[in-house]
Amino acid sequence: MSAIETTLDPRMEALSRRSRLHPLKMLMYIGLGSLVMMFVALTSAYIVRRASGNWLEFSIPTIFYVNTLVIVVSSLTLHAAYGAFKREAMGVYKGLLLVSFLLGIAFVVLQFMGWQDLAAQGVPLKINPSGDFIYAISWLHALHVVGGLAALFVTVLVAYIRRIRKTPARQLRLELTMIYWHFVDILWIYLIIFLSLQR
Amino acid sequence: MATAVLTTAPLKRDDALIEEFGYDDHFHDHHHGDKYRSNFVSHYVFSMDHKMIAKQFLITGMVWAVIGALMSLVFRMQLGFPEESLAWIKPVLGKWITVNSDGIGTLQPDFYYALVTMHGTILVFFVLTAGLSGTFSNLLIPLMIGARDMASPLLNMLSYWFFFVSGTIMFASLFLSTGPFAGGWVAYPPLSALPQAMDGSGAGMTLWTISLVLLVVSLLLGGINYITTVLNLRTKGMSMWRLPLPIWAFFVTAILGLLSFPVLTSAFFLLMLDRGVGTSFYLSDIYIGGAALDHVGGSPILYQHLFWFLGHPEVYIIILPAFGIVSEVLSVNSRKPIFGYQAMVFSILAIAFLAFIVWAHHMFMSGVNPFIANFFVIFTLIIAVPSAVKVFNWIATLYGGNIRFNPASLFAIGFVSMFISGGLTGIWLGNSALDIQLHDTYFVVAHFHIVMGVAAFFGMFAGIYHWFPKMYGRFMNKTLGNLHFWGTMIGAYCVFWPMHYLGMAGVPRRYYSFDNFQAFGHFDGMNKFITIAAILTFGFQMLFVINYFYSIWKGKKVTERNPYQANTLEWTTPILPGHGNWPGKLPTVQRWAYDYSKDGIDHLSQLQPPLEEESAAH
Repeated sequence: MSAIETTLDPRMEALSRRSRLHPLKMLMYIGLGSLVMMFVALTSAYIVRRASGNWLEFSIPTIFYVNTLVIVVSSLTLHAAYGAFKREAMGVYKGLLLVSFLLGIAFVVLQFMGWQDLAAQGVPLKINPSGDFIYAISWLHALHVVGGLAALFVTVLVAYIRRIRKTPARQLRLELTMIYWHFVDILWIYLIIFLSLQR
Repeated sequence: MATAVLTTAPLKRDDALIEEFGYDDHFHDHHHGDKYRSNFVSHYVFSMDHKMIAKQFLITGMVWAVIGALMSLVFRMQLGFPEESLAWIKPVLGKWITVNSDGIGTLQPDFYYALVTMHGTILVFFVLTAGLSGTFSNLLIPLMIGARDMASPLLNMLSYWFFFVSGTIMFASLFLSTGPFAGGWVAYPPLSALPQAMDGSGAGMTLWTISLVLLVVSLLLGGINYITTVLNLRTKGMSMWRLPLPIWAFFVTAILGLLSFPVLTSAFFLLMLDRGVGTSFYLSDIYIGGAALDHVGGSPILYQHLFWFLGHPEVYIIILPAFGIVSEVLSVNSRKPIFGYQAMVFSILAIAFLAFIVWAHHMFMSGVNPFIANFFVIFTLIIAVPSAVKVFNWIATLYGGNIRFNPASLFAIGFVSMFISGGLTGIWLGNSALDIQLHDTYFVVAHFHIVMGVAAFFGMFAGIYHWFPKMYGRFMNKTLGNLHFWGTMIGAYCVFWPMHYLGMAGVPRRYYSFDNFQAFGHFDGMNKFITIAAILTFGFQMLFVINYFYSIWKGKKVTERNPYQANTLEWTTPILPGHGNWPGKLPTVQRWAYDYSKDGIDHLSQLQPPLEEESAAH
């Protein structure tokens, strides 16, 4: 759309903005701040609820820990893809981009298996808020991963269908996607550490 | 006032100053200006221009305000005149009015609760949050900081359309056969968490939740845009300490929203799971129709904590934009610099900070530990300090000023009056001991209607009358405006002042009828008085609506760029600015926004470079 094009126009932006940070990146960071608040609220609610007793103790399925590795690796490959894009090594870029996208899908699938494991080990939904919280928090996180996957999917499509050249607008779009993807990655690391410490 | 009159040559005109000192960002070389105005749909409907989006927010907000106010009239009539027939509204309300054998129509009690709930939801979220902040942040941020548009015009457009869809869903819920949600605008569980709890808790509550989640999306899309634009797109010379006060207010408002609305979303997320999936975050040991539900281990207090963590900052999200607007309008219309500019900024920041650590004062009677309540009492009372600083500064700005009385300045002065009246009762309610008597009574209703309802509306009216010329290139009718002000000022006090007495006597809020309470029987007359005052006050608001739409097409035309001799940048644009706001270069800012009556000169625009012999510049 035209507005995206105008805000992505480097000539206009270079002259009329104050910070070296691009306005859309700043927009992204501030938006992520609000997502942080959402999860802070959920984890605070978790702590408060846990303190008031009637709390089921159980261990977190191993699959959740393994999955942490999956999403961290996908973050790293996406970062490497970005490096390749900047060097204009477009073949490498396309390969790494696809790997990151597939790892992202693997993460969601493995999360799903994690929920099944959780239910199988005797913590189905609705038995105790202790388990419900894990489902709720990881569902909401997975929802945000799916949002990131949608952005990655478009990036992959564009990379494989169009002839790719390095333009400032493309680079900015890729950076925005990458910032968000790193965010859901770091968010998961926080959540898994939180959930394993607050057992 | 003047100490020394400068003898320098006449001041240069604003457009000459922009030509001389402004800088060329090559904005108009790209011809994207035309894209925005290519056809009716992209100009008036899916517009990405901040000025058009502002008008969309305002007019949508006005529609909601009329709907919300009409609801309050219906339940006020039932409350004030329970023995009179309401059969004449039956064509509109249908089955919600039951007509008995004598032909007397009364409002269904269930629908009374639905109306009270919807009135609160609509006014708080759709009018005073989205309507007020959406209108003025959009209109003024780019114009006052010298930006071409928002950081992301696309997200800005989406912000409006999420608001619109959210409103449509809420509106649709009014027509459900089971009625809209009726458990109070705070949507406490269990009434909100159990679809079978009451009629409105089923489909009505589902639509209510979806609507509010979409509204939060809208507010966040708007908010991140406002913050980024203020931080990143200020023109040359516009340091943070030269920002006009409305911009500071909108900026801090957006930060408050950004930190608190996501928490509300979390609360709603858990609420949806309780409703739809059967978890027990908020529910425990509940019997419906004699049968125990299998929800165990939840806590309704948890919801209240999450809700009020948003809910309290929310009242400042509503009132801060009004603070900013009133500061600007008072300064321009008293031809004096705003008194204590930095104190005004720091008090906004202090209020915003304190807003996050007082939420439990809404829960003193919900079983909060009294020792913890003390903590919240102290911080609540401390809010009086920055609030008093602001009130003092507004009065000091007016003091000795060459005041111009027009609808905008009258509403700004009225705002100060309302804010004092409502703020003082806040000090009562902030005490957990007094709250034992006053909680859930009409005293609370009086307090928050005056301090954040009427006061925020006054700020909004001041802003609309003041910036209407910037929106439409015409003035609103001054006589109708003055009439609107006096009618509203007197009317609002007549509606809400008596409620303090009702509340101190212990009359509970939200009750459909007091027939069974002998102690409250003698308040019948007072209830009638309030209802009549409310109807009359509503009539005066219709004057405003007529004035607004009449003036869009028939108002007196603005003939000069700067009709108020104001200093801020929005008055240096053409009378009706096109896309990009300034036709040529962007202005460069040389001073703060409040050089009124300085060194004997009536006003010095923010574009004026320092003059010879000028006393210290800001």
